[in-house]
Amino acid sequence: MTIASTTELICFLVLSTTLVLGSLGVVLLPNIVYSAFLLGGVFLSVAGLYLLLNASFVAAAQVLVYVGAVNVLILFAIMLVNKKETLAAIPGLALRRLLSAAVCLGLFGLLLRVAFTTNWALPGPLPVGEEATVRIGEHLFSDYLLPFELASVLLLMAMIGAIVLARRDVFSSDVITGEPVDQGLIEKARTPLLLEQRALEKTP
Amino acid sequence: MTFALSIPGLANGSIPLQAYLVLAAVLFCTGVWGLINSRNAVRVLMSIELMLNAVNLNLMAFSNYLDGQLIRGQVFAIFVITVAAAEAAVGLAILLSLYRNRETVDMERFNLLRW
Repeated sequence: MTIASTTELICFLVLSTTLVLGSLGVVLLPNIVYSAFLLGGVFLSVAGLYLLLNASFVAAAQVLVYVGAVNVLILFAIMLVNKKETLAAIPGLALRRLLSAAVCLGLFGLLLRVAFTTNWALPGPLPVGEEATVRIGEHLFSDYLLPFELASVLLLMAMIGAIVLARRDVFSSDVITGEPVDQGLIEKARTPLLLEQRALEKTP
Repeated sequence: MTFALSIPGLANGSIPLQAYLVLAAVLFCTGVWGLINSRNAVRVLMSIELMLNAVNLNLMAFSNYLDGQLIRGQVFAIFVITVAAAEAAVGLAILLSLYRNRETVDMERFNLLRW
């Protein structure tokens, strides 16, 4: 399917505006729940840009993995660690922000210079367009087979590691030596949650 | 209707390659700023995701404009997406464990290794 260049330009402008404003919102908004939802918007607009770049398979993967998995995971994490806390003031916070903004602007200038002064080998070969999915499949099962298999091992390791890191219950005795475990070392006594506090108030 | 938008003659089309590169640079620098300045640990992870997306956008732009036949950039982007998903899962698990032990997600208070 061919779209006119004007339509393409309009799509690009809309998507890039959404992308830039959304990413600024992710970084700057004080409420982190808004940030998480804006992050979903940023992922979606990046997927739209992939569609403009003739990459339908990666766009679908982006929507599935980032919007469907990573963003939901981040939202769950926000719900699990959602505690109102007043952050202690840090001396020189404004100076730190200004300095880091200067560093980031310098990096941005460097990237701009690289982008505009390099002699890109344009025009390159014609894009394959809708055959991209077939090509990716051929790559994954021929010359990128080893990274593909390694990625599956990596995902398995990440899954097991995440489960081990995030599980709450600990064994009462050491698995190897059989000695009883000092629970205080593993998990600090925490302030009771709001529901437990109410239950404690009612009991006496 | 097919899903892909294949644009013949894109190499001299309306959008230059540099537009995508500038967009990715903006996204990356926003991510770096957020990474340095966020107090909330979840927001740090979000900033890392922003940076990974900027890199992916660069890879896809190069893949389309300079490597249109072999599209190795798209394969690389798929691997980056895979590693990013694994990183998000492990990072958020570490964050939960930290929160359980330190009762906070403030980055300034994770200073056990400071000397």
